[in-house]
Amino acid sequence: MLTTQWLYALSGCLLLALGLRSALLHPALLQRILAINVMGSGVFMLLIAIAYRGPGMPPDPIPHALVLTGIVVAVSATALALALARRLTREQPHD
Amino acid sequence: MTDALIALVALPLTAALLALLLPRIATALVIFSGLAITASAIALLYGVNTAGALHYELGGWTAGLGIALRADGLSAILLLMIALVMFAASVYASAYFGKASERAQFWPLWLLLWTALNALLLSGDLFNLYVTLELLGLSAVALAALSGKHAAVQAALRYLLVGLLGSMLFLVGVALLYAGYATLDLATLTQVVKPGPIAWSALTLMTFGLLLKTALFPLHFWLPPAHGSAPAPVSAVLSALVVKAAFYLVLRLWLDVFADIVTPTAANLLGVLGAGAVLWGSWQALRAERLKLLAAYSTVAQLGYLFLFFPLLLALPPGPARDVATGGLVMLALTHGFAKAGLFLAIGIVQQRSGHDNIQELGGMVQRLPLTTFAIALAGVALIGLPPSGTFLGKWQLISAAIATGQWLWVAVTAIGSLLAAAYIFRILGHAFGNQPYPHQAVAVAREEWPALLLTLTATLVLGLAGAHVWTLLENGS
Amino acid sequence: MNSATSLPLLVILSSLLPGLVIFFLPEGSHRLRTTLNLAGAFVKIFLVGVLIWGVFHGQSYETRWALAPGLDLVLHADKLSLLFVSLSSVLWLVTTIYAIGYLESSPHRSRFFGFFSLCVSATVGLALAGNLFTFVIFYELLTLATYPLVAHRGTPEAIRGARIYLTYTLSGGMLLLIGTVWLYAIVGQTSFVEGGVLSGLSSEYHTQLILIFALLIAGLGVKAALVPLHGWLPEAMVAPAPVSALLHAVAVVKAGAFGIVRVVYDVYGVTFASELGVLMALGIAAGITIVYGSVKALFQDSLKKRLAYSTVSQVSYIALGTAILGPIGTIGGIVHLVHQGIMKITLFFAAGNYAETLGIHKVSEMNGVGRRMPGTTLAFSIAALGMIGIPPVAGFISKWYLGLGAVEAGMAGWVLPVLILSSLLNAGYFLPILYRAWFRTPAAVWPDEHIPAARFETHGALLWPPIITAVLALAAGLFAAAPYSPLEWASLIAQREYGL
Repeated sequence: MLTTQWLYALSGCLLLALGLRSALLHPALLQRILAINVMGSGVFMLLIAIAYRGPGMPPDPIPHALVLTGIVVAVSATALALALARRLTREQPHD
Repeated sequence: MTDALIALVALPLTAALLALLLPRIATALVIFSGLAITASAIALLYGVNTAGALHYELGGWTAGLGIALRADGLSAILLLMIALVMFAASVYASAYFGKASERAQFWPLWLLLWTALNALLLSGDLFNLYVTLELLGLSAVALAALSGKHAAVQAALRYLLVGLLGSMLFLVGVALLYAGYATLDLATLTQVVKPGPIAWSALTLMTFGLLLKTALFPLHFWLPPAHGSAPAPVSAVLSALVVKAAFYLVLRLWLDVFADIVTPTAANLLGVLGAGAVLWGSWQALRAERLKLLAAYSTVAQLGYLFLFFPLLLALPPGPARDVATGGLVMLALTHGFAKAGLFLAIGIVQQRSGHDNIQELGGMVQRLPLTTFAIALAGVALIGLPPSGTFLGKWQLISAAIATGQWLWVAVTAIGSLLAAAYIFRILGHAFGNQPYPHQAVAVAREEWPALLLTLTATLVLGLAGAHVWTLLENGS
Repeated sequence: MNSATSLPLLVILSSLLPGLVIFFLPEGSHRLRTTLNLAGAFVKIFLVGVLIWGVFHGQSYETRWALAPGLDLVLHADKLSLLFVSLSSVLWLVTTIYAIGYLESSPHRSRFFGFFSLCVSATVGLALAGNLFTFVIFYELLTLATYPLVAHRGTPEAIRGARIYLTYTLSGGMLLLIGTVWLYAIVGQTSFVEGGVLSGLSSEYHTQLILIFALLIAGLGVKAALVPLHGWLPEAMVAPAPVSALLHAVAVVKAGAFGIVRVVYDVYGVTFASELGVLMALGIAAGITIVYGSVKALFQDSLKKRLAYSTVSQVSYIALGTAILGPIGTIGGIVHLVHQGIMKITLFFAAGNYAETLGIHKVSEMNGVGRRMPGTTLAFSIAALGMIGIPPVAGFISKWYLGLGAVEAGMAGWVLPVLILSSLLNAGYFLPILYRAWFRTPAAVWPDEHIPAARFETHGALLWPPIITAVLALAAGLFAAAPYSPLEWASLIAQREYGL
């Protein structure tokens, strides 16, 4: 339904904004990494909303492909970020 | 000729996987594949020069669903630069990393970086661009963190987070474009994009994301620590190639895809930021205490020059004048790529011999490491923009376009930036000529010195003297 | 490429290639180094001779290479370029011999002679430049090649002096570059043409052309040591004597002056420049420099610094000559390019001899040196007399023509007083030196006698160059009316400029 599409899109943008705010303002490392993941989720929701083609129609596969790629990238990037963060905190135990 | 397109992506990717699986032959593998990739890049350049822009659809899937590889004059020239710089840095790295375990970690990541660079330049659609941009970012971060030292890991993590932020914004822009125009193919988008809120937001988001990745002032804060703490060959490639890739994307977006959307005001904004980069970066380079930080800030400054071209290109009507100016821009990018890579490699040699890269303690280096000092001097000439470097020709075009369009501010910025660059380069060279004894052992390793020397010679002599071909190639390849 | 297109390039290569090889020679192989140096010098003189013969018989020599769209590197042999090229080539040969003697057992000779050769290659390239673009390229290359020479000794003073030198010359180079790009933006690519190429432009461009002139002259004036851009010159005296000799007589200062000549005669055209009013401004700047340099020279006790300020003053005679409208003034300026070069190099050779042989750096230490080093002091005296303008040394010829030219152009009102005043000032700072050297009794012990008195007063390689150049200075004056003299040559150039 049309309102569902807009709901997805708007909440996607909201998540994006919230994640951005947190990533920029939170000094703690783990929070920053999570915030970027939240941003990612926001973008994915936006893309899912874009994939909607109308009632009863199959959704557009291309944005879905983008989402899947994005998820893979986000997972790998988060893994790398966490590994680096762990390396940092191992030397200075706080956080 | 389309084989070259595929080879440029397939070769480094295959080599990366093989290097991971067979670490013992990895070094030889890298050198061989490096030669093969360089040969493919030359073949591609030759093909583009004779036949114009090249195009290949993977698997026969047409644009819209499939992945298209595209090469025109600009990407072919940049691909050759990437191949030569990466190959030289590979030779250097084979000697730089003494331990086999270090090399085993290094080579797969290095080759993945090469794959990402090549694939990015050959991508014909936004989807592919996003993927290769991420691959580039991840491998660059991993390489930057390789030494494992605290400063390096911290800088690398910051680089990663900033890069991810940039990619997110880029992806949102891609999503918006798809929502508006139902296509991701660059060529198609160039035809259909019209001014409007979708195009505007997409352009802003994508540009902002890419500016983060290309470290344009004031978004440059992550670059000096990251490039300053990475191992020498990694710094070389990060400064010379990785940031250039993001810049290349900005160029493509502004000159091709969004050509009808961009306004002089927006271009002026980029120009102002570029001016800030030139002045701030040069000033910080002058104050730097370490050679690597100096070189990193110099990269910030030199990228600023590239952005100065935007208001100029937009002020010139499309035609021969704009093409000449674009050629100047490409010359600057090329020369900087070679010069900065050579500089970082040479600094790496100094750092390895002395255990540090403090500028104050460089006395007498020229006597102990003459070839390395000469490489630094050549790189310096190219960074300042003195003849016979390619930068001289590029800056000439910059000043010429600025005067022709009446935008004198950029002339002043270029002049001040060049003089500041002279100040920080000759600060190093002055120490090098000094009479203080250089206390460190100065065994020259040919595999390290010659790549640095050849890269800087290319920047300062070859590009300066044979530069006319760049313009011809750009024209033939369009 | 046939000889017509390759000769100008070969002239440059004749010093460039030996120079590049010399860089890689080990310190000890001084015989090979000397051979390469001298071979290059003789080949260069031979090639220049071929060029001169060809140009005087109407042959055209041009090397052209496209560096970018609309930007060609052009090497072109015309009479003015050949004048400067021959001066450079002959004086390079002499200076090389001198340098070999001076730097004997000094460290880093390979580096020195390598950059020395690069310096001359850049000078020759500058002389042969066929358009402003090429000129700018070699102008900057000259800066790059001379920096290591000024910094050669590696002491903190040398590095500091070199840094000051660089600040001035790179800033000047930037001004020159902007002026040239601006000019190219207006008229496109223009070669040097006698009589200038800009007179045809409509008057709406005149303000821009005046500003461009100011930029070009400011950029060139740094190397030509026009006041107030001359600050680098006294500081660059930290360099070894052969470098000072080369920089001040042959390469750097002359490059700036030569550039001014080119801009006024072959870009703007002297009549057009006079119409624009810039010629008068140039003349005034030159006049101020002439007097200022001479006044400062009076107060220097350091011999090299006194000679440095003398250079500041004397090179502006060339600029003054270009500012005087009319063939005679032109001749005076151009011929002084040669005369001042020969005389000044003699003075610097002599100064170097005093320092190397007896440790004399100050005028006050020069009492009675004429008895100990008669050959050097005789050469010094001839050159000094020429600087003052006393016949029959060559300097007199230049000043005569400048004065006569000023009268003809109606500028005698201020040019003649400047000439007379500066000659008096020259006498004021040279004659006391001569008096001290010949007529005072020497101190009991010289400051630092490195080279004891033997059959000759000092080493042959140090003694003969100043004597040779002093003889040349005398000959240029005595035989000024002979064919192929510098004066004749300058007259030919002036004739072409005015279309006579």
